[in-house]
Amino acid sequence: MIAINKRIYNGRKRSNAFFLALSTLAAVFGIVWLALILYSLFYNGFSGLSLKVFTEMTPPPGQDGGLANAIFGSVVMSLLAVFAGTPIGLLAGTYLAEYGRYSKMSEVVRFINDILLSAPSILIGLFIYVIVVATTHTFSGWAGAAALTVIVIPVVVRTTENMLLLVPNGLREAAAALGAPRAMVIKAVTWRAARAGIVTGVLLAIARISGETAPLLLTVLSNQFWSTHLGGPIASLPVMIFNFAMSPYEDWHKLAWAGALLITIAVLTLSIIARVLESSRKH
Amino acid sequence: MAEIALNTTMSVTEDKIAAVKRGGAGDARFKLLTFAAAALIVLLFGGMMAALADGAWVSIKTFGWSFLTSQAWNPVTENFGALASIYGTLITSVLAMGLAVPVGIGIAIFLTEICPLPLRRPIGIAIELLAGIPSIVYGIWGLFSFAPFFQEYVQPWIVDAVVNIPILQTLFEGPPYGIGIFTASFILSIMVLPFISAVTRDVFDTVPSQLKESAYAMGCTTWEVVWCVVLPFSRAGVVGGAMLALGRALGETMAVTFVIGNSHRIHGSLFAPGTTISATVANEFTEAVGDLYKSSLIEAGLILFFISFVVLACAQIMLRILHKRAGGVSA
Repeated sequence: MIAINKRIYNGRKRSNAFFLALSTLAAVFGIVWLALILYSLFYNGFSGLSLKVFTEMTPPPGQDGGLANAIFGSVVMSLLAVFAGTPIGLLAGTYLAEYGRYSKMSEVVRFINDILLSAPSILIGLFIYVIVVATTHTFSGWAGAAALTVIVIPVVVRTTENMLLLVPNGLREAAAALGAPRAMVIKAVTWRAARAGIVTGVLLAIARISGETAPLLLTVLSNQFWSTHLGGPIASLPVMIFNFAMSPYEDWHKLAWAGALLITIAVLTLSIIARVLESSRKH
Repeated sequence: MAEIALNTTMSVTEDKIAAVKRGGAGDARFKLLTFAAAALIVLLFGGMMAALADGAWVSIKTFGWSFLTSQAWNPVTENFGALASIYGTLITSVLAMGLAVPVGIGIAIFLTEICPLPLRRPIGIAIELLAGIPSIVYGIWGLFSFAPFFQEYVQPWIVDAVVNIPILQTLFEGPPYGIGIFTASFILSIMVLPFISAVTRDVFDTVPSQLKESAYAMGCTTWEVVWCVVLPFSRAGVVGGAMLALGRALGETMAVTFVIGNSHRIHGSLFAPGTTISATVANEFTEAVGDLYKSSLIEAGLILFFISFVVLACAQIMLRILHKRAGGVSA
């Protein structure tokens, strides 16, 4: 009897040790690969990085140069997208959390929004190509900004709704009891209470679009020169990385790595700020 | 005196009524505004489907159903079929999930049950941050670092090792290019790994600790608690998270385009170059000449739209089930 029990116990102990070791191994495996990627990114990125990257234009093969025009294009298009997308996302998120919290319409909007949130970005590129580029007959910075806007909106909607839902109903009721109309309750009380969270959402949206390549590839093309003309093709970091990495030239590869490092640093910084904001809200 | 007082109260009341009316009108306007913004989301989605269908119309009319079953992709004779792209999309995603799901769940188990407490938060945060790194970074890492290494050290060795084993021999034959279906799948799996781990860990955290504690009190080992309590409780969430990741993998462009080789032929070997819908579009769209060529690429996009819509919709439904149940437990 005791011997049988012992066998069962030992078996359970062994399988426990085995599977826990397997999980640990999985964790080590995953983390090692991720660390390797970061290592080669930082190693190659920093060796390609210099002051010229920020001050000079993208070079023809075999010459010195930087990424100034690409950085400029990326920043301009991202800012446009955020300015256009944030109000729409904020209002839609407000509808979901305030006016239409339990309506059928909101169910549908939430469902579709969550799908848009993870829809392949290349499809958004094709979409904007068909409705903007094909009708205006030119690739343009405006089209790129439009594509990025479509990506920004669902991110802002999702975080706005989540953050507004965290605002306690007591606050809304107190404001309503003072006679404030619903719109004023929302604008003066709930938005204000959820401000940190909403800003977090906007930061995450910027982080999300700053590395988007496929939609820009299909809507903006690229440009070797300094251009502030949004009505035509304009350079952007992700597309530049794509073109340079696909080329056979060694110095272009270096610039591609430097660009990738810049994007990664921007994304990581934004996510870390967002995280700090969020934790300051919690305490 | 009394009259004056009455008059003032009257006018104050009228002011108040006017203010309330103004507020009411402003309220209605604001409500309409938010409603319009919400409706815009539905319009965007509908518009996306309509625009893709419109753009694909020339190709749909020309090729009909044969577009789905033909491997032909010849810009010169303008004969297109998306089978190779569809096959590549599905096979790379399935392979990537086959690797990423077990490893991702392993990481989540490690983070929730095994990892020493002081390390849990930093490792968890690191993984969440990695989930935000743009896919193009994974793409150029794959092209410049992984593919050459794989080509030089791993691929020839695998090809030699399986040379006389019936099925594996076909799966892993061919010259070691470094790039191809296998490399693309591997990079995809590393890309979705942080995502799966982060979602799974969050889902594991929703398991009420009383449930786990009771299992431990009955003498369960850690693994038995994970297998018999945590996983069954969070099944819907884990499956939902995995499908969300699958949705990403299906449409992923940049991590794949660099390393898949862009070849429109279905090959039995995983080491052979192939293509996916998104890689085809990214590589060829801006250079596509002629309406039919462009339209065919858009139709490929439309197919991707339907595939990822089905997967993502299933994922949302799964996650909603979990959400409802978690709400029920806490209430």
